[in-house]
Amino acid sequence: MSKILIIAEHANGQLNPSTAKCLTAAKQMGASAIDIAVFAAEPAGVAAEAAKLDGVSRVLTVANAANANALAAVLAPQVVALAANYTHVLGPSTTFGKDLLPRVAALLGEAQVSDIMKVLGSHSFQRPIYAGNAIITVEAPKERKLVATVRNASFAATGNGATTAPIEAAAVSAELPAHTRFVELQAGAKDRPDLQTASRVVSGGRALGSAENFSVIYALADKLGAGVGASRAAVDAGYVPSDMQVGQTGKIIAPELYIAIGISGAIQHLTGIKDAGTIVAINKDAEAPIFEVADLGLVGDLFKLVPELQALL
Amino acid sequence: MKILVAYKRVVDYNVRIQVKPDGSGVVTDGVKLSPNPFDDIALEEALRLREKGVATEVIVATIAPADAQAHLRNGLAMGANRAIHVTTDRPLQPLTAARTLLKLVEKEQPGLVILGKQAIDDDCSQTGQMLAALWGKAQATSASKVEVNGNVLRVTREVDAGLEVLDVDLPAVVTTDLRLNEPRFIKLPDIMKAKSKPMETIALDTLGVESGDHLKTTQYAPPAKRSKGVMVKDAAELVAALKSKGLL
Ligand SMILES: Cc1cc2nc3c(=O)[nH]c(=O)nc-3n(C[C@H](O)[C@H](O)[C@H](O)COP(=O)(O)OP(=O)(O)OC[C@H]3O[C@@H](n4cnc5c(N)ncnc54)[C@H](O)[C@@H]3O)c2cc1C
Repeated sequence: MSKILIIAEHANGQLNPSTAKCLTAAKQMGASAIDIAVFAAEPAGVAAEAAKLDGVSRVLTVANAANANALAAVLAPQVVALAANYTHVLGPSTTFGKDLLPRVAALLGEAQVSDIMKVLGSHSFQRPIYAGNAIITVEAPKERKLVATVRNASFAATGNGATTAPIEAAAVSAELPAHTRFVELQAGAKDRPDLQTASRVVSGGRALGSAENFSVIYALADKLGAGVGASRAAVDAGYVPSDMQVGQTGKIIAPELYIAIGISGAIQHLTGIKDAGTIVAINKDAEAPIFEVADLGLVGDLFKLVPELQALL
Repeated sequence: MKILVAYKRVVDYNVRIQVKPDGSGVVTDGVKLSPNPFDDIALEEALRLREKGVATEVIVATIAPADAQAHLRNGLAMGANRAIHVTTDRPLQPLTAARTLLKLVEKEQPGLVILGKQAIDDDCSQTGQMLAALWGKAQATSASKVEVNGNVLRVTREVDAGLEVLDVDLPAVVTTDLRLNEPRFIKLPDIMKAKSKPMETIALDTLGVESGDHLKTTQYAPPAKRSKGVMVKDAAELVAALKSKGLL
C-alpha cells in the first residue's frame, strides 16, 4: 500500500487550498497513510488547519526560522529527509510546488510526474502536454518512489473530517544551503476573490487597451463577486500584474463561471480554462476562436456591452 | 563569466497539435519546429548580460537528434559564441536532460545557467530545478527580472501571489518567464556569421549519463472537447441565459 507525504503550501499562517486538492488526489491513489508536512518558522496554526482535513493520518511539522519563506533550495533537502518513509511525495502544481518538487525529485534521483489531472491508480495518471492539446497516460514504476505535482483545477478540495489528525514535530537533519536569500514579496492587491479558488472569474484581454480601461472588468467582477484574470497580451501590455495571467504559462483555473472579455481564445489561453463550468465570451469578432469553446457567446463592442451587462445584474 | 543556455527544439507554438488516431503519439512529421519560446528568452537574457560586460561568453546547448544543427545555428545567429550539440535519437525525460546538462556544466564551469521555465511540448517545468539540485547550486525559477550585483544575482520571480524577489549566489540556475525580455530578431548577416561559429558535437552515449527515464507514456489522447455553445443577441439575453443555468 502507498504511504503518501503531501507538502503543505501556506502563506501568512494560512493553509493554501491547493493542499486540500492534493489530498483529494492522494486519496484516489489508495493509500494506507497520508501525512501532510508543514515547513514553517511557526507551523502550529497551519498544522492545526491541515489536521482537520478529512483522511489525513498525521501532520508533521518542521519548525525552523529558515523555513519562514518557502525557498525550494532550503526546503528540498528537508523534504528528502522526511521522504524516506513514503512511497509518494506530492505537492500542488502551483508556483510553489513547481519550484520545489523537481528539486526534491532530483535529489532523490527520481523522475517527476508533473500536473496530474486524473488518478488512474497508485502509479498511473493522466497529465496534459502541449498546452493541454494532448492528454497522456503515464505509468510510474511501482518499485521506485513517486514524486508528483497535482493540477489544482482538476480536483475539488477535501473538506474537514469528523476527527482531527495528530500533529507531530518531525526531527529533520539536513544541511541547509545559504546561497539563496528571500528579499521580499510584492503581493498583488487582495481585495478580490483569489483567482485560483474563485467560483466566478472575469478576464480581460488586449482589447481593453489600457490599465484605466480595465476598470470596466473590475466593475463587472465586483458586481458578480468574481476574481479577475487576464490574457497574456493584457499582462504583457502592462494593463494588469502578471499574477493575473490565465493560461498555459499562467494560472490554470476551474471556476463555475468564466467570462472572457476581449480575449481571442488562443490555445495557450484556453488551456487555462478547459475545466471551467460555463464559459461566456464577449468579443466583437464573431469568428474569434473563443466562441468555439464558449457555452454562451455575445458578439459586440465590450465597451458598450459590459456596462449594459453590469447594469442588468 | 560563461553562461550556458539550454536551448530546446520543440513543435512551434502556432501548430495545432494532433494526436495520432492510434493513440501512439502526436503528429510531428512535417510540422514546423522552433526554439522553445522560453529558451529564446533565456538566450536573449544571456546575450544582454554579455553586452553589459557581465558575461564573456554565451554557449547554447541542445540535446537532440543529428538534424538539430540548424536549430543550434539559429541560436548562434542570435548571438551565442558557440554551440554544443549532444546527439541522441530518443527523447529524454527531464531528469536525464538535467543529468546531461550537469555533464556540460562540469566541463564548461559556467557562472550561470539559464533555461526556460518550461518547454511547451511536454510542459514539465522540471529541468532547471533538477539541474540546480544535482549541481548543488541556487535556483531562481520563473524570472521576470535579473540584476547582477557582483557575485549575487537579484531575481524577481513571477509567483502565484505576485512577484517574489530573491538573492542567489553565483553560480546559479535561472529559469525564464515570458516577461523577462523580448528576444531580438535575427538579421541576415547574423545567419551568415553563424555559419563559421564553433559547434561541438558529443554523442550522449559517450557522456556516461545514468538514465532517469523512469516514466512510461502508455497512451496519447485528444483532450475532452467542449461543445460549441449558443450565441445570445444582447446583454439581457445573456443575463437570462445565465439565470436559467442557475449561475446568477
Ligand atoms: C509560449 C507561449 C505561452 C503563452 N502563454 C499564454 C498564457 O498563459 N495565457 C494567455 O492568455 N496567452 C498566452 N500566450 C499568448 C497567446 O498566444 C495569445 O497571444 C494571447 O492569449 C492573446 O491575448 P488576447 O486574446 O488578449 O489578445 P488578442 O489575440 O489580440 O485578442 C484580442 C481580442 O479582442 C477582440 N476585441 C478587440 N476590441 C474589442 C472590443 N472593443 N470589444 C470586444 N472585443 C474586442 C478582438 O476581436 C480579439 O479577438 C502564450 C504564447 C506563447 C508563445
